[in-house]
Amino acid sequence: MNTSLSWVKAYVPDLDVTAQEYTDAMTLSGTKVEGYTELDEDLDQIIVGQIEKIERHPDADKLVVCQVNIGAETVQIVTGAPNVFEGAKVPVVLSGGRVAGGHDGSRTPGGVKIKKGKLRGISSDGMMCSIEELGSSREMYPEAPENGIYIFQKDVEVGADAIEALGLRDVVFEYEVTSNRVDCFSVLGIAREAAATFGKMFVPPVVTETGNAEDVHDYVKVTVKNTKLCPRYCARVVKNIKIGPSPEWMQRRLASVGIRPINNLVDITNYVMEEYGQPMHAYDLDTIAGREIIVKTAEKEEKFTTLDGQERQMDEDVLMICDGEKAIGIAGIMGGENSMITDEVKTMLFEAACFDGVNIRKSSKRVGLRTDASGKFEKGLDPNNAKAAIDRACQLVEEMGAGEVVGGTVDVYETVKEPVRVPFDAEKVNTMLGTDISEEQMLTYFEKLDLEYDAQAKEVIVPTFRQDLFRLADLAEEVARFYGYDHIPTTLPTGEATTGKLSFKLRIEQVARDIAEFCGFSQGMVYSFESPKVFDKLLLPADSSLRRAVEIMNPLGEDYSIMRTTSLNGMLTSLATNYNRRNKNVRLYELGNVYRPKTLPLTELPEERMQFTLGMYGEGDFFHMKGVVEEFFEKIGMKEKEIYDPKAGRPYLHPGRQANIVYDGKIIGYLGEVHPEVADLYGIGARSYVAVIDMPEILEYATFDRKYSGIARYPAVSRDISMVVPKEILVGQIEEVIAAQGGKYLESYALFDLYEGAQIKEGFKSVAYSTVFRAKDKTLEDVEVAEAMGRILKALENMGIELRK
Amino acid sequence: MKERLEQIKKEALAQIQASDVPEKLNDVRVRFLGKKGELTAVLKGMKEVAPEERPKVGQLVNETRAAIEAVMEETKAKMEKAIRAEKLKAEVIDVTLPSRKNSLGHRHPNTIALEEVERIFVGMGYEVVEGPEIEYDLYNFEKLNIPADHPAKDEQDTFYINKEIVLRTQTSPVQARVMEQGKLPIRMIAPGRVFRSDEVDATHSPSFHQIEGLVIDKNISFADLKGTLEVFAKELFGPETRTKFRPHHFPFTEPSAEVDVSCFKCGGKGCRFCKGSGWIEILGCGMVHPHVLEMCGIDPEEYNGFAFGVGLERIALLKYEIDDMRLLYENDIRFLKQF
Repeated sequence: MNTSLSWVKAYVPDLDVTAQEYTDAMTLSGTKVEGYTELDEDLDQIIVGQIEKIERHPDADKLVVCQVNIGAETVQIVTGAPNVFEGAKVPVVLSGGRVAGGHDGSRTPGGVKIKKGKLRGISSDGMMCSIEELGSSREMYPEAPENGIYIFQKDVEVGADAIEALGLRDVVFEYEVTSNRVDCFSVLGIAREAAATFGKMFVPPVVTETGNAEDVHDYVKVTVKNTKLCPRYCARVVKNIKIGPSPEWMQRRLASVGIRPINNLVDITNYVMEEYGQPMHAYDLDTIAGREIIVKTAEKEEKFTTLDGQERQMDEDVLMICDGEKAIGIAGIMGGENSMITDEVKTMLFEAACFDGVNIRKSSKRVGLRTDASGKFEKGLDPNNAKAAIDRACQLVEEMGAGEVVGGTVDVYETVKEPVRVPFDAEKVNTMLGTDISEEQMLTYFEKLDLEYDAQAKEVIVPTFRQDLFRLADLAEEVARFYGYDHIPTTLPTGEATTGKLSFKLRIEQVARDIAEFCGFSQGMVYSFESPKVFDKLLLPADSSLRRAVEIMNPLGEDYSIMRTTSLNGMLTSLATNYNRRNKNVRLYELGNVYRPKTLPLTELPEERMQFTLGMYGEGDFFHMKGVVEEFFEKIGMKEKEIYDPKAGRPYLHPGRQANIVYDGKIIGYLGEVHPEVADLYGIGARSYVAVIDMPEILEYATFDRKYSGIARYPAVSRDISMVVPKEILVGQIEEVIAAQGGKYLESYALFDLYEGAQIKEGFKSVAYSTVFRAKDKTLEDVEVAEAMGRILKALENMGIELRK
Repeated sequence: MKERLEQIKKEALAQIQASDVPEKLNDVRVRFLGKKGELTAVLKGMKEVAPEERPKVGQLVNETRAAIEAVMEETKAKMEKAIRAEKLKAEVIDVTLPSRKNSLGHRHPNTIALEEVERIFVGMGYEVVEGPEIEYDLYNFEKLNIPADHPAKDEQDTFYINKEIVLRTQTSPVQARVMEQGKLPIRMIAPGRVFRSDEVDATHSPSFHQIEGLVIDKNISFADLKGTLEVFAKELFGPETRTKFRPHHFPFTEPSAEVDVSCFKCGGKGCRFCKGSGWIEILGCGMVHPHVLEMCGIDPEEYNGFAFGVGLERIALLKYEIDDMRLLYENDIRFLKQF
């Protein structure tokens, strides 16, 4: 929503503020001014001059030398413009002044400074300006010539300020009007707020009785078949139409808010739409069959040609304006080609109606046509405004001599919208706001906003144009706005104390971040949606459950169309980005959800599972990754030994370098080297490793409880085991045996040698472990250790392991 | 006898002085003080001394021994000190050589900003809670006073899964979920990921994060909201920070406000950062709408409260002067390493 300052001042005559003061105060009272443009910001020292004499330039065919009277003196100006003539009054920028840009319409920020100079040897003291050089265009000043100097059509005084005469001493404000303030999508609404904000009188236009002695009902009949979609329909008729330009003041106001002046009729409709916020439409009454208007919904797949010449398809929910035979307009969106006003129009039907906002919004979307009118209607307009607007339009028609208004209004208005009454309690308002404002003070705020107060009933009567005030909280906001948000004190909540804390899940995630970062991994973030193509990239088989993803109905594109079921694609994509950019030794981690539908299509919310994903390439290998995982488990108090199951069967990982991480019999994650084919598909040219921890699975094992178990006081006994082991036996299996058979004194065990090669027979490897035994309460006897070792060795031998003595 | 002892002492001291390494010093010790040393020999010759003289001679011998030992100890200490000094001198390293670092990873700027916000509110007694990212329309809109066909629904460019389920467009649905549980009073913040169908560019992303705040208690006022957010702004942006509350509209709060903070770059004078205004918009807030309380089973006559929502990326971008939102989701290590 835009308004010029001068248009607002038309209804708040005492308003005397700078653009910045207006911006600040309006914003603080709730009408946010996003910005403003001073139309004259790049214009300086431009006055009205009159060309007295024109002579040919002695040395240039296309230039002429003009003597221009600028009031106090006459100056000489050389110009190449073809349209100058003696007696013409033109805007003249004097030496030292500024214009906004070139005559091709290009703008120069800060303007262009004009200096005295010589053109082909003849001195020129200034410049006569085209409308483009003044920062505007022929669209907004239709009287301006194409390619030439702007020539004043009206009587202006020589030597006067030309910027003023052109209506450019003005400021245009741009507002961000919130959706609840439908009334502020009009100049009058903004002006009412401005008057209240600055404590000035609000003087809306006085709309007088219009129309001749005839009765409009003799001209047209209106039937509304769907009063829900069209609560009110007002029609008036204007005959003996005289199409011509609208007056300058109207053109300037329209131009200031970016609306191109066309002719008096079009301009009046646009003007009233801006002024009252009520869109109107004009039909050529002679094209309306049976002189009858019927408002009803369209037929299925009905075709209709709008006045822009486009044929469009309707459906049964689109409301149409029809005559006795055919549709003549899409209600609230655009009129039809078949009934549009032409220069030959004699009698016109004015329509000011109220249509259901939601329906207009939806229809406009489905039909694929959004107009200024539909933009206003879809906000949901006040039906009581329709009559005021149409009367205002007819008043302008009469004032401007654009035609003869027929008496009366056809007004179909079944359910009259009544003002809402809101119980008011000043004390409660003060409690809500934490203020101490007197009731009288509050009532003066209401009065400024045209809210009446019924002192007896203690109710505020809310006029129908305010569609946002229903209960006390709404009134409290009105009080707060005009008392000033900045005057409300600042306190802190009192009352019952609460404990500030993070949930256990969030604390565990914090540890995950700490550990990852300690191990050199930096945190990445990726989108939750991705392309269904990632499943193929990850070599997932057709029946993989990971392919069952939640789909977005209206995605930004296929690449963002499914909610991820695995975190791998995000990690691999990030690694690939880094690889492409030649970053070395990259280690990343990510904490984010995957979404696993319980049913498809979705009937309830999917399961959101937090994944702790690590990825790296460069320095480090599988076992570094494994180390990070174990550091994490240790830090969150997972004391059991995790098991690594190499038969993980994950197609995106190297078949010989992958493992499920199993804890307490549950798969809590996996790790491995990325399958070279997958790495190729992502464009990662280095061996890369990933680990994924399924966080919900570990939450039940994680704990921050710690217990001190004492420091060993008795000596330890250490024993080494040297073995020749068949290759297919994993050291994990050996460790399982040691752990299982070691007995209660076994304190620890560690691999200290692993060798495959020349000295070892084919199909075997040499493995050596050191074991440590210790008792808490005594020095161990040799026999106790020997017993435990015996059990271990025997079990190892049973597996087919040879012991080296 | 006495002369002899004097002679021994003199010789011993001379030899001690002549010793330049601990080994030689030891030789001197053996020669004079050892079992077969000269002083011992003197003692062994006691039998030639008259019995009444013996104690006197014994004392003389001991005195001589003590004198030699003292000098010897002193010399030894000096010698060892010199040797250590020599050794230290040989061990000088170039301390300006590069360090060996355990290269630590870096937190994402979003997380750093989030932890900062969490720290502030946890300190004020707020609990950090979460809600689902794929959410029912009911919670994302309806319980927040945004019924079907409400224009605000369009403004939020929602991603739909189906008619009832959406990708949440805001963290506000967590408000409704927590209120519904009915455990009062409430002081919570709910950070999380939200989605809107905006094309990706330098200032937009279809996925970003918000932090929702909610306080429900008896007698909560707009003044409390102002005070709380003022504390927050000063903690986050520095003690000089000023706040400005502007009226605004959100369907689920009434009265509502947008909050600007004085530009922490220029202090409010106006700069490129705040586009010359001296203020930066950082959040939306308001008193929880009584109808929202009702829909969540809370009696607005007894309880009320306030809510606010902050854009996490907005804070991260501002605080760390990041000029392109896309950087946050590319995960280029050269970007991440700067935090």
